[in-house]
Amino acid sequence: MRASTDQIWEWLDAVPDPEIPVISVVDLGIVRDVRWDDGTLRVTVTPTYSGCPATSVISMDIETALREHGIDDLKIETSISPAWTTDWLSNKGRAKLEEFGIAPPQPAGGPERCPHCGSKAVEKVSQFGSTPCKAHWRCTDCLEPFDYFKCI
Amino acid sequence: MTRDEAFLQFLLRMGDNTLILGHRVSEWCGHAPVLEEDIALANTALDLIGQTQMWLSLAGEIDGGKSADDLAFLRDAWDFRNVLLVEVPNGDFGRTLMRQFLFDAWHSIMLGRLMTSSDERVAAIAAKASKEVTYHLERSSDTVVGLGDGTEESHARMQEALDYLWPYVGEMFVSDDVDAEMVAAGIASNPSDLREEYDALVGRVLAEATLTTPESRFAHKGGRDGRMHTEHLGHLLTQMQWLQRAYPGATW
Repeated sequence: MRASTDQIWEWLDAVPDPEIPVISVVDLGIVRDVRWDDGTLRVTVTPTYSGCPATSVISMDIETALREHGIDDLKIETSISPAWTTDWLSNKGRAKLEEFGIAPPQPAGGPERCPHCGSKAVEKVSQFGSTPCKAHWRCTDCLEPFDYFKCI
Repeated sequence: MTRDEAFLQFLLRMGDNTLILGHRVSEWCGHAPVLEEDIALANTALDLIGQTQMWLSLAGEIDGGKSADDLAFLRDAWDFRNVLLVEVPNGDFGRTLMRQFLFDAWHSIMLGRLMTSSDERVAAIAAKASKEVTYHLERSSDTVVGLGDGTEESHARMQEALDYLWPYVGEMFVSDDVDAEMVAAGIASNPSDLREEYDALVGRVLAEATLTTPESRFAHKGGRDGRMHTEHLGHLLTQMQWLQRAYPGATW
């Protein structure tokens, strides 16, 4: 008997993002669709940034995880439209990001507070951080630097 | 010229611009004045190479099933269709950021128009790339203003960069048969139609940067139609394509 798509979503929610392993690929909002097409499982993935080097690793991780759950006939498809947006981050993912020390994206374009001490006194260091999806900020109260997940 | 031939040329122009500029910007990796700028430049280059992957993959489909890698690594200088602006050497940090700004401004306007292209593949790539380019433009504008309206030294260097690069701006707005075919198909706007919006945007930022926009409209041309690239492109390709030239067909 083949696994239900609900079950598969649950399995995928256990696949960590390779760059930010505290959140899953489902939390990140990059798994757009899971469906059975006759006997083939089709999983649609969208890249965060077009040049993100993690994209191919993510597809490989998804494939490995599903094969471990006994799914042999599967196809990972990439779709760029509609373009990924940080609005697709799950609430669970946002909370985990902050716990990990990365400020979650805000529509205002900057972090709401320091993920370490909660102070609102923060300033931008650079528009780019350690990966394309993050910018570099610091807290002027606790003086700790932190990554901010850019809002796109 | 058939519609497919024109479409291929159009896609090569888009993809070669981002490929060559992405490679140029990546030359700063490990050399930028401060760590944050190094990271920012590397991330910008990464976005541009990602966009190249999308444009050249589509170009390869039209061109008889080639891959984006085939097009990037197995063509020589005369086959490239990028504007001359993106192939000129980096110069100092100021000139690199000025070139980035002059390109980003055009790129953001161009992608904005392409988002409503009649070809849904083009519209999808433009929508994806546009989000990244909006961010590039924000950063390059800020840096041009910061350095232009900075110290005497930084101001002088930015004015020098602008004077050097300005003659390369005009080529982005030249229209030819390829463009006419794209306009007729509803795939893309006429490049010359973007000039007014470009001048307004660039003029606003340069004024804030206390820089003087050169008056001359003289334009170096020959990149986007492949008629005559600068001597710099060949040198760039010897580095970018080195592996495929030394070990044809190498993969890993």
